Order: sequence, then C-alpha cells, then structure tokens
Amino acid sequence: MLKKKAWEPWVYLVPALLFYTIFMAYPLFGSLAMSMYKWSGLGPMTFVGLENFRRLFLQPPFNERFFNALWNNIEFFLLTMVLQNAAALLFAVLLSQKIRFSNFFRTVFFAPVTMSVLMVGFVWTLLLNPSWGVVNKLLTIMHLDFLAKPWLGDEAWALPAIAFVNAWQFIGLPIMMFLAGIQAIPEDIYEAARIDGCNEWSLFWRITLPQLVPVIGMVTILTLVGNFSSFEVIYAMEGTLAGPNYSTDVLGTLFYRTAFSSLSGAPPDMGLGAAIASVMFTIIAMAVMGWFWLEARRRSA
Amino acid sequence: MWMLRRRILQIVLYAFLLWQLAVVIYPLFIMVATSFKTNFEVLSNPFGWPQKLNLEGYRTVWELNNFALYYRNSILVTVVSLGLILALSILAAYGLARFQFPGNRALYFYFLAGMMIPIRLGVLNLFRLFLKLDLFDNLLALILTYTAMGIPFSVFILTGFFAELPRELGEAAEIDGCNSWRALLHVYLPLMRPALATAAIYHFIPIWNDFYFPLVFIKSDHLKTIPLGTAIFYGQFQTDWPTVFAALTTAIIPALAFYLLMAGQFIKGLTAGAVKG
Repeated sequence: MLKKKAWEPWVYLVPALLFYTIFMAYPLFGSLAMSMYKWSGLGPMTFVGLENFRRLFLQPPFNERFFNALWNNIEFFLLTMVLQNAAALLFAVLLSQKIRFSNFFRTVFFAPVTMSVLMVGFVWTLLLNPSWGVVNKLLTIMHLDFLAKPWLGDEAWALPAIAFVNAWQFIGLPIMMFLAGIQAIPEDIYEAARIDGCNEWSLFWRITLPQLVPVIGMVTILTLVGNFSSFEVIYAMEGTLAGPNYSTDVLGTLFYRTAFSSLSGAPPDMGLGAAIASVMFTIIAMAVMGWFWLEARRRSA
Repeated sequence: MWMLRRRILQIVLYAFLLWQLAVVIYPLFIMVATSFKTNFEVLSNPFGWPQKLNLEGYRTVWELNNFALYYRNSILVTVVSLGLILALSILAAYGLARFQFPGNRALYFYFLAGMMIPIRLGVLNLFRLFLKLDLFDNLLALILTYTAMGIPFSVFILTGFFAELPRELGEAAEIDGCNSWRALLHVYLPLMRPALATAAIYHFIPIWNDFYFPLVFIKSDHLKTIPLGTAIFYGQFQTDWPTVFAALTTAIIPALAFYLLMAGQFIKGLTAGAVKG
C-alpha cells in the first residue's frame, strides 16, 4: 500500500458516516433515551425515569395490551416459520431437482416479494371478505362450506389468516435462499451416500438438512426481525386497532397506536411508545447477537 | 418398478409446483379481472374473465385520485434516495477497503450493525428531528431516512467488492500519477456496475413500496407516495370493488412489470444480502 496522508480516508468516510449516524444510529439509540421521558409529540419533554416501563409491564390496561401483543407476535413468528419457511424448504428441494420450466417457477414464486405489503394486504382482505370474497366462494363450490368463515373477523382465525397472507407474499425469499444453499452442497457427498444405499428421503435428512443449518439460521433470524417489526400487513387487513378484539395486535401495531394515533381514546404517548420500541429493539438485538454467537461457534467447531 | 416409482415422484413434484403457481397467480388474476368488471358482475361472475372490459373503475381512479402526482413523488423519492445511497456508499466503501487507519475494523462493524436493526424502531426520534429541522410533511424527510437506511447494506456489498479486486489495480494508477480520487473515478467506478446494480435493486423494492414513513411524516395530499395515496383511496372506496381493484392494479402492475423484465437481477439482488451474510 502506498504511503497516504492520515486524513485521506476520512474524506471518503465522513459523508456516509454523518448520514448514517444522524438519521439512523442516533434515532435508534435515542429511542432508548426517549423511553425515560413523558412526551405527547408536542411541547416539552419531562424526565420520568423508568415510569414508562413500569406502566408497560405492570399497570393495566397497558400491561394487558403489551403482553397480548408480545404473545401474538410470538405466535405470528411461529406461524410464519411453518407456513412460510417450512413450506419454502419443501419448494426449494423440489426446485433443486431436474425439472422443466425451473426458471419460470422461480420467477413467479418470487414475484410477490417485490410488491407492496400494504397492497397485498388490501387485495387479500377483499379476497377473504365473508360475503363477496373469492376464498369462501371457492370453498363453497368445492363443497367445503363448513370451512368457510369470516376469516378476518374471527378472533381465532384472524392472526393465522394474516400469517398466511404474509407467507404468501414472502415465501419466495426463503425459497431462493434454501435453493442457493442446496446448490452449494457438493454433489460428491450425495454420490457417496447413494453408493452406501441411502434413498432420497434419508439423503434429505442426513445430508441436505444438516448442510442447510446455516441457511436455516439466517432465514429464522430474518423472519424474526421482520415479524417483530411488522406493521403494514396488519394495518392493511385489520386497521390500527388490530381487531377483532386485539387478536391480531403485535408490537408494531401497539407501538404505532400508542405513539401516533389517538384511536384507542388516549392522546399520543411518545414516551410509552419509545418504551415499546425499546423492547422491540432489545428482542431483535438479542436475537441477532445470539445468532452471531452461535454462527461463530459453529464456524470455529 | 423403479421407473414407475420415479414417474409417480415426478408427478407429485409437478403437482406441488403447479399448486403453488396457482396460489401465487390466481389472486393476482382476480385482482386484475375484477378491476374490469361491473359491480353486478363481481357478484354474478366472481372467478372468471370479465365478460367485457369495463373501464369505469379506472376512470374513477384517474379522476378522483392524484395518481400521476403520487407516481411523480414516488419516483422522485426513490431515484434521489438511490442516488444518494450509492454515492455515499461508494465513497465510504472505498475509504474502508483501500486505506489502513486505526479504527477501520470498528467503523466497518459500526456500519454493518445497521443491517439487522429495522430503522423504523427509531421513528420517534426521526419524527422529533424532522419537526426540529422543519422537514415534517416534506419529501426530504423520506429521502434522508431512506438514504440512512440504505447505507449499511451498500457499504457491506461494495466493501466486499473492493476487497475482491487486486490491490495492484489502484496502485498502478497511483504510480501513473493518479491521486486516490482519480483512481476511484477512472479505475474502479467503471468496474463496479454489477455491484452497484445489486445494491440499487436491493434498496429499490423497500423504498418504492414503503408505507410506514410516509404514513408518519407526510400529511399533504400533493406529497403522498403511491402506497399512501392508495391507502387513502382504498379507505374511501372499499365497497366499490372494481374501482378499488383498479387502484390496486394501477399501483402494483408497473413495479411488477419492471420485476418481470429483470427477474434474474431482482432475485440475485434481493437474496444477495442473505446469502453473502
């Protein structure tokens, strides 16, 4: 490397550094600070210490709303793992076989990933409409009327329905990631196992799945980050009140309602909102760091 | 026997794939088909092709909605944000990859940390910041947010790109009397097109489709982007199905067409972050 002046790299670094620090790093960490204040969005901010967290965790009705949203969020994540990621693994295995029109299938499966979450939510809300929606009408035609229900109006089915729509949209992403992972597995491992008499089924369990562990980890963490910050799909399908009776309320919708809207009757409460954002930040950051730690351990093993 | 088994497996395999194909395409078909039906036909013939093209829905969308303006705003915000992301990230990646200085590693990880944390968790402070800077209800608020949001991933991709190039490339240029700026401009930049395309496509989708920040930062109708404008329209016309589906079709189709034209690039770009990480 040639001899260079000490200030030279900083000329290149400072613009991005400023942008990133002022408009991303500072706002993110500032949320943690703001959770210690009482603020309505206008006027002065008052320092209240951990009062917002006390209200969030201990004081009704805030704690009921919070733990409800937290459990719903965990349920949303688990549903996505099954409806989206397990299904994606199946499709990736199928697409990795020698098949015709493979590119066509991939292009179509991936297409919804490029659409707006909001629009997809709107389209499906109309399709799932109990009186005019195509979904219930199709079920009726197939003589499966007993399965037809007011999907988004039913407390037990609304969250699974939303998780399905979310999976419908994003399944292309894990499919492509698993597919890339499968194609990176050296063919000779399979050859050796075949010579040893393994059938396709045991090839999957003994080779494909263990080899995919890093990709599965990556998909899981991306799903978790996405689910624990999701808002639009629920906003589109159930509004900010995340009905019916808060059965689809997740941390993202609770946060928005608390900090920005007065729909729930109370005025905007940015301090309490910041406390919710801090909890979301902590969950995501801990999951990501845990995953990094596991990855580092796996790589050194 | 073995052949028969194989044959059956093949059929099952294609059955699964065709099923998923229908699951993806049919809702989109319904969206487009319904937008051309009349309100009556939506009820009498919900599944099939429209009997004839009824453009009433599209006319309502065009007359009552500022779609042209929303498109302009979306294009403006997306193009400027992408330009800023790429320009700032090229410089930063160059500084990180081609210079050795104390704190280099730490700075790289500082940038990378932003890749996993969604910027929307900082929306309250962005809101406060833009109120103070008098940028509330201003497209610049969106541009600044998206630019900051895009920097971590682009710095990651482009630093990786610089690291793969032979060091001699820039050094040769510098021996020939180029300073580092000219080496970047004339030697590296022309080679960076694929990496820049990957970064641009990766950010295009979330910026173009973003609803969250416009919802919080934009109030005036003439500053709305497509998702925000469509959301308001959807709220007003929820029961008029051909019209609402016409609005959704108008909002979705252009980006979808863009994707279909360059599907390979998109799939590569959007999965790049995940696979390379």
